Amino acid sequence: MAGAVIVPVGLLLAAAAGADSGPVAVFAVLALTAVGLGTVWLWQQRRWSAWGWAEREDDLLVRRGVLVRRVSVVPYGRMQFVDVIAGPLDRRIGVAAVHLHTASAAADVHVPGIEREAAERLRDRLAALGEARAAGL
Amino acid sequence: MTAPALELRWRRLHPLSPLLRSGKILIALTAAMTPQAISDGTGKFIGWGLLGLVPLLLGGAVLSWRRTRFGVDGVDLRVESGVLLHRSRRVPLARIQAIDVVRPLIGRALGLAELRLEVVGGGKAEAPLAYLREAEAESLRLELLALARGEAPASAPLGSTPLVTVPAGALIGSTLLDARSAMPLVLLLALFVGVLVLPAEAVAALTASMLGTAVAAFEVARRRLAAEWGFSVSDSPDGLVLRHGLTETRSQTVPEGRVQGLRVIAPLLWRQRGWVRVEIDVAGYAGGKAALQTSTLLPVAPRALAEALVARVLGAVPAVELGRPPGRARWLSPLALPVLGVGYDDRFVVTRTGWLRHDTAVVPLAKVQGFRWHQGPLQRRLRLATLHLDTAGRDIHAVALHRDADEARVLLDELSALARTRRRTASLRG
Repeated sequence: MAGAVIVPVGLLLAAAAGADSGPVAVFAVLALTAVGLGTVWLWQQRRWSAWGWAEREDDLLVRRGVLVRRVSVVPYGRMQFVDVIAGPLDRRIGVAAVHLHTASAAADVHVPGIEREAAERLRDRLAALGEARAAGL
Repeated sequence: MTAPALELRWRRLHPLSPLLRSGKILIALTAAMTPQAISDGTGKFIGWGLLGLVPLLLGGAVLSWRRTRFGVDGVDLRVESGVLLHRSRRVPLARIQAIDVVRPLIGRALGLAELRLEVVGGGKAEAPLAYLREAEAESLRLELLALARGEAPASAPLGSTPLVTVPAGALIGSTLLDARSAMPLVLLLALFVGVLVLPAEAVAALTASMLGTAVAAFEVARRRLAAEWGFSVSDSPDGLVLRHGLTETRSQTVPEGRVQGLRVIAPLLWRQRGWVRVEIDVAGYAGGKAALQTSTLLPVAPRALAEALVARVLGAVPAVELGRPPGRARWLSPLALPVLGVGYDDRFVVTRTGWLRHDTAVVPLAKVQGFRWHQGPLQRRLRLATLHLDTAGRDIHAVALHRDADEARVLLDELSALARTRRRTASLRG
């Protein structure tokens, strides 16, 4: 997402610099843009690799975060409902996010960027497990 | 659960209900309009307007009363209502979290009360029955609670003596000693000193800014006193019954096993006197301002008494030693470090936080919705982490702040395993 901002801004600045002070400035701005893009890419890469989930026997474990690290455990029996959500960009690259809701908003978790079909299978599996282990409030 | 079959018998609300309901709206409207009417002299106009509204309000209320009926069929409470939009609602009795009987000031004069049923989901009481005769409300409450337990409706009213009553003196004294409600006094004192020492123009600015704060803080104290006046806790087969309120009185029944969590609060100035305050979280009640009227188990009491009551509500005494976080956590919370702690047995998790107000949260493992291990950048540098236990309650959840990171991970696994066992036992029993 940040890349979508950095590239046009960088190009605009490069054009402005070209009009003002010649090719060296253009080159400098383009180089900076590339560095920015690379940083964002690396950062997203790290975020991506930090995100993980495990379906355990009785609960779902979700791990995420680079600066602030979080590990959430949600018992299947506590799930109220499961969503599969895919935005326009997600649909384009064929992925979706699985959102898991409990009776406590703070305990809700989600796992983004799962392939569409895998996400739907995960949802169905979670819903079935939730039903099997459902516990009253 | 086998519910006794019961013939559905439709009942109506009390015939005076429309009068009371429209009266309440009218009073609220008048109160809202009065300041404006006084300030710009449109009093007469607004007065006639309100008077013209009376037949409309009354007519609407009568119509809605005629269309409202309710009944119990052994499994559900059924309520049918609505003039333009008909609504027929069934509330499964087994899902009831709590039942309150509320008596507003005018209602008390007429001997009428409102019955409120709380189930999870939705911001307000799901099936308010306004109004019934007080005795009828009380017996309906007993009937619903008995049916919810799967027993035949009890007929004997309870004549139990209260376990605890909070004397007015203790309530006022504790309000004055609690920093949150004693703020107006401190501010007024500061104002008084300010008037004596400062130049006149500074006084004017000071007064204006401080009066607003003082009034707001005073309002907090007033609301607390009004909600918790004459607080008593008594025992009943359905769980604890809490009665309280100054103008509007409320009696709450907290069925056993419906408490999502509770906390024991000890503000700075209460501690040397050994006073504490206990708040409970029952899923279903609305949050925000309304929470003040529904979340108090005990406004103020000596610690020993409070602990006995906590044991009563939870059905067991949490036998827990609180473990302190490692010493390096002082870099993150230097003042609260001696207070912080977490402990657990096979049924409960107990955590303590706070610095001026010690806040001890007790959460039954069977009620935990999710566990979160959380580590910020500073915590990572110090190899610390925080463990959160989330519940379906509004604002009580257990937090084990600044534990050793590895210990917190182990704790996460151990507690989720224990909670699994507790959930299984809980679902086997009912």
